[in-house]
Amino acid sequence: MAEHQLILTPNIHRADDFYAELLAAHDGLDKTESEALHARLVLILANHIGDNEVLSQALAAAQPSVPADDDRP
Amino acid sequence: MNKIFEVPLYSYERSEDQDRTTPARHPVVIIGAGPVGLAAAVDLAQQGIRVTVLDDNDKVSLGSRAICFAKRTLEIADRLGIGDALVDKAVQWNLGKVFFSDRKVYEFNLLPEKGHQRPAFVNLQQYYFEDYLVQRVRALQQEGAPIEIRGRNRLTAITNHDDHVTLDIETPEGSYALEADWVLACDGAGSPTRQMMGLDFVGRVFEDNFLIADVIMDAEFPTERWFWFDPPFNPGQSALLHKQPDGVWRIDLQLGWDIDKAKEKLPENVIPRIRAMLGPDIPFELDWVSIYTFQCRRMEKFRHGRVIFAGDAAHQVSPFGARGANSGLQDVDNLCWKLKLVIDGAASEHLLDSYDTERVFGADENILNSSRSTDFITPKSDISRLLRDAVLDLSEQYEFARPLVNSGRLSAPCSYVHSPLTSTDALDGPARSAPGSPCPDVPLEDVFLLPQLGDRFTLLTIDAEAPEHINESGITAQRLSLSCADDTTQALRERYMGAAEGAVYLIRPDQHVAARWPTFDDDLVRAALRRVIGKEHDL
Ligand SMILES: Cc1cc2nc3c(=O)[nH]c(=O)nc-3n(C[C@H](O)[C@H](O)[C@H](O)COP(=O)(O)OP(=O)(O)OC[C@H]3O[C@@H](n4cnc5c(N)ncnc54)[C@H](O)[C@@H]3O)c2cc1C
Repeated sequence: MAEHQLILTPNIHRADDFYAELLAAHDGLDKTESEALHARLVLILANHIGDNEVLSQALAAAQPSVPADDDRP
Repeated sequence: MNKIFEVPLYSYERSEDQDRTTPARHPVVIIGAGPVGLAAAVDLAQQGIRVTVLDDNDKVSLGSRAICFAKRTLEIADRLGIGDALVDKAVQWNLGKVFFSDRKVYEFNLLPEKGHQRPAFVNLQQYYFEDYLVQRVRALQQEGAPIEIRGRNRLTAITNHDDHVTLDIETPEGSYALEADWVLACDGAGSPTRQMMGLDFVGRVFEDNFLIADVIMDAEFPTERWFWFDPPFNPGQSALLHKQPDGVWRIDLQLGWDIDKAKEKLPENVIPRIRAMLGPDIPFELDWVSIYTFQCRRMEKFRHGRVIFAGDAAHQVSPFGARGANSGLQDVDNLCWKLKLVIDGAASEHLLDSYDTERVFGADENILNSSRSTDFITPKSDISRLLRDAVLDLSEQYEFARPLVNSGRLSAPCSYVHSPLTSTDALDGPARSAPGSPCPDVPLEDVFLLPQLGDRFTLLTIDAEAPEHINESGITAQRLSLSCADDTTQALRERYMGAAEGAVYLIRPDQHVAARWPTFDDDLVRAALRRVIGKEHDL
């Protein structure tokens, strides 16, 4: 895998387990608490990644996607 | 109220210029006797240039305003002859504490690097800074230096011509006219000079108000910087407590946008807020209170023909990071040696355009840093508050989050690496002393390096040969020879040599590195000297 390159192909071994764990982390939290949890999570994960280039690519990848004109039905 | 605010420091005196039928011509007139104007006056007078400072007031600035002075400012102050006075009076601090809501989340130690003559930061009221500069002006006058401060001389009109400037000045005894070869506009954030010349000052206003108070108390609070985010005594807002000399404490309280400023400033409203912060049992007295809205903005250009802007007149930042007066002193440091060369005819006036390039770059760096701090301290949207609070929450438990906490990134000088005066790096040396950088200090046998530099061009050789003087295009670089053999602390090696076996540095009068090489080469050194005075454009 190239350095400084965000991975956008499947990379989590047990994807269903992770997703269930992510949902469970919000059990019993109201909307505000859930949002705060997500904010903390993002910061923790970002620090783990550490690489500014990868982080910039991740921020770009997470932007709401606007379909190009010619893709519209 | 503190007495120093009330005593005139430079009372109005009639000048013979007021009785002339044709206006007198001065080489340099400085508008404004704030820290920046006074520092520029001292710098130029020390270099033998006749300088006249006009101020519409006759006292130090009201209230303490700037309190945090950075190492680079102290180093410049050393060159101006007031470094010891500042440091002897000032309070030194290293420990900072950060509070979030009702708890302390962490503390930090500035841990200043060893082997520098001056500390990383000191706290001192701005009026002392101004007072010491005025004392320095008086001492220079005693020595016969042609320097003058004219109190209660208000600039009312200014016209820029090709080779001079005309000024109209209002005094208690009527108005008079002056001419100047050069004008330095150091007349503060509201700069009347800028307004009279119809120049822009664009940027960002932060929609928030801060109550700034200086209180006098005997309390034995430690000499630390305490910063609160969302404390119980000021919910949803921030607060700061910082010590100054004479038992004076600076308190900043964020108030929000929709407030009645006049009402908030009344002692009966201020005192309960401060009591809630300090606790009910601590007696204190209010020394000065003001309410500010902070802005980050700058002029598009700092040089307009023969009128040159410096300090708050040219750029303004929010105070988080203490970049106001500190950056104004860097303007002075950058400008005065260039103006001296131009006045002496050793450089063309285009050299002054490099002041513009270099200090606009510095101003942008300061504006960027202080805008980011302001955005962290006063989040402007729900999501920025959410992320800010997440950082603070995590900072209590996890070290990784602490560098993200931003209550001000304390002022540091910028590097002029991209300046047209800076030569390409030719030494495989440490990054911190690469061309453009301000020289890091180093302990020598019984003195420090920085005081050996300044006011002139230096050819610093470390384990390298070179002539004692180089004369080129009307300027002289004087050699300073050092050796790593005497470097008991290893600071010289670490800060200037790295893995190199020898080094030759060309250093500007403002103690920034202009060029460096592994050995002395006459042609290269001469080219770098021409480049640093704006006479070499090919490379
Ligand atoms: C609350 C607060 C806290 C701050 N804290 C810090 C800090 O910790 N560290 C830091 O570095 N900076 C700090 N600053 C910023 C600092 O105070 C300013 O950057 C600094 O005063 C700018 O100096 P100056 O000489 O450019 O302008 P000023 O100090 O504003 O001086 C301008 C001078 O021009 C004179 N003048 C104006 N108009 C005319 C006229 N028409 N004719 C003649 N004279 C005129 C005025 O009388 C005045 O003396 C703080 C500011 C505030 C408000």
